[in-house]
Amino acid sequence: MAIKVHGSPLSPAAQRVLLALAEKDLEYEFILVDLRSGEQKKEPFISINPFGQVPGFEDGDLKLFESRAITKYISHAYADKGTPLIDQDPKKQAIIGVWLEVEAHRFDAVGQKLNFELLIKGFKGLTTDEAAVEQLQGELGKVLDVYEGRLGKSKYLAGEEYTLADLHHLPLINNLFKTKVKALFDERPHVGAWCAHLLARPAWQKVLEACKF
Amino acid sequence: MAIKVHGSAFSIAVMRVFACLNEKGLEYEFVRVDMRAGEHTKEPFLSLNPFGQVPAFEDGDLKLFESRAVNQYIAHAYADKGNPLICQDPRKMAIVSLWMEVEAQKYDAPAAKLTRELIIKPLLGMSTDDAIVEEQEVQLAKVLDVYEARLAQSKYLGGDSFSLADLHHLPTMNYLIGTRVKAVFDAHPHVSSWCADILARPAWQKVVAMKNNQRL
Repeated sequence: MAIKVHGSPLSPAAQRVLLALAEKDLEYEFILVDLRSGEQKKEPFISINPFGQVPGFEDGDLKLFESRAITKYISHAYADKGTPLIDQDPKKQAIIGVWLEVEAHRFDAVGQKLNFELLIKGFKGLTTDEAAVEQLQGELGKVLDVYEGRLGKSKYLAGEEYTLADLHHLPLINNLFKTKVKALFDERPHVGAWCAHLLARPAWQKVLEACKF
Repeated sequence: MAIKVHGSAFSIAVMRVFACLNEKGLEYEFVRVDMRAGEHTKEPFLSLNPFGQVPAFEDGDLKLFESRAVNQYIAHAYADKGNPLICQDPRKMAIVSLWMEVEAQKYDAPAAKLTRELIIKPLLGMSTDDAIVEEQEVQLAKVLDVYEARLAQSKYLGGDSFSLADLHHLPTMNYLIGTRVKAVFDAHPHVSSWCADILARPAWQKVVAMKNNQRL
């Protein structure tokens, strides 16, 4: 099969790529990388991603890493398949671009740390730093206040249609909803409704099914 | 003028946008934001960027923020003007996107922290935290190890030609090369040549001149 994803079903970054593939109805081969044994830091994976992080991606002889570069490639290369995730009009694509950056620099920065404190540490038998969690919740709240304002004006972040900018949030939203941080999303009605729409997408349900093991 | 950039000529993110506009040979109006007075944290600036950070950008009635999003818009909307900064072929563009993500996700964190400690804090009369500097130099060195291997096989990060993937590094690189962090870059010979090459670009030199001419 031409498209291959190397990763772990638990990795939010890998899930981001699987979701883009599901939205586009594309077939792919999933190659498991065993994170617990550090397989991602060794050959052959390191040749795909010299930073030693999942996911890695192949489409024929094209090799990529960084989930957000991969999803952008998928969105453009397969623009005519499945759900449109980008816009051919440069001004509309520019708005999608803004919210892609917001997810990457503002939402993800805080969300990843909360995911680490509240979910990953437990997995590794480490103790959650409650003081850090409180501070991070405060920061996430401020980011979500901006989202609340934005989503009061349009159904999705870049406008009335679902785009890659919304998609990129799903894996972390899914994880954070398993924790007390869900309250921050529920307290903001437009954000809450937006999350509900995202989590209900058939493509996301497909990813959750594929990631069960 | 249709294109406006709101910010400060010292700001890393603002300089990133100026570099792109200059590469494209585009005219624009620079609207100074008084950051010392906190103008960026209040209206009317917040209507341009609800996160209260510079730059904010306008092109006619299009309003944008996040410097890397602004640059990708400029590079695509004005693809036929000035120097090409992106590729039309999706597979080639994927490689440029990849290294843009690496800049944003791997390089920027240590580079921005080092710039804050060694350049910004002294400008604000605050003292540098040497422990942070040492720790972030180690992080930056690890990232540059990967860059070294890449630049040994490719003239620029995204391929044979200069692109946004290289450009986005310029503002922090420019600041850091004037500090002790230069040693970290110099320890990686291909990285060091690449830095010298891109810092010498006329479009970038114009950005440096603007910064040097702006009063704090």
